[in-house]
Amino acid sequence: MKLHEVVDALGLKVRCCQDRLDREVGGAYVSDLLSDVMARARAGDLWITLQTHLNIVAVAALNDLAGVVLVNGREPEQGTLSKAQDEGVVLMVSEEPTFEVAGKLYQMGIRGVHGPG
Amino acid sequence: MHAVYKETFFIEGGDFSRAGAAASRVKQILKEIGLEAQYIKRAVIIAYEAEINVVSYAHRGQMSLAVSPSSIEILVEDTGPGIEDIELAMQEGYSTATDWIREMGFGAGMGLPNIKKNSDQLQIDSKVGSGTRLLAKVHIREPGGKQ
Repeated sequence: MKLHEVVDALGLKVRCCQDRLDREVGGAYVSDLLSDVMARARAGDLWITLQTHLNIVAVAALNDLAGVVLVNGREPEQGTLSKAQDEGVVLMVSEEPTFEVAGKLYQMGIRGVHGPG
Repeated sequence: MHAVYKETFFIEGGDFSRAGAAASRVKQILKEIGLEAQYIKRAVIIAYEAEINVVSYAHRGQMSLAVSPSSIEILVEDTGPGIEDIELAMQEGYSTATDWIREMGFGAGMGLPNIKKNSDQLQIDSKVGSGTRLLAKVHIREPGGKQ
């Protein structure tokens, strides 16, 4: 599934890198602990988090993630936005909480690290 | 080891705005060398976690990357408070991070365990009040062949 399909289906607001939505989403991972994401997320994953500070960009870039979904309508900080521009990391905002976002992604067929299929 | 590539990066303690820059260079260099993705991923995790530790706890430090045909070596040396009890620090979930660091999603006591899991060899030496030296190695194995 392409990232732009996820953006449309969940009504996400894209805050950075609109031109990179053609990427395939390989899976998803939910965590607010950065070391946990470093350890477990895979390249091509969507990362769902409530963290908005600029270190999420480095974590997303280092792991070659498909993008980051910020939940509860939390907006990226200014430093986060500019770093995301530099690194080409897709940042999206959902008005919904993590549980709903993850549930909808799962319903669309997106799976986590240990998910079937 | 006969390094075919060596580079050193400076890390400033307390500067979270630049955190990840050294790990990012490590990733870029290893990709340019053309190493397999599994080795790059492991080295990047080691580099990132070690860098975050310097940023979180030390005054300053440096990371040296050395790559040979058989291994990736990451050496991180810092000037700082040091680690009182390394064995305790290696335990998953143990952390001395401040609330501010934890709020950012760091300091979950996962950094050193992550480094250990991804290293084939790991040596940590620390002197309280002086600093810490961490040397991690990832062995590169030839496909289906000798080490």
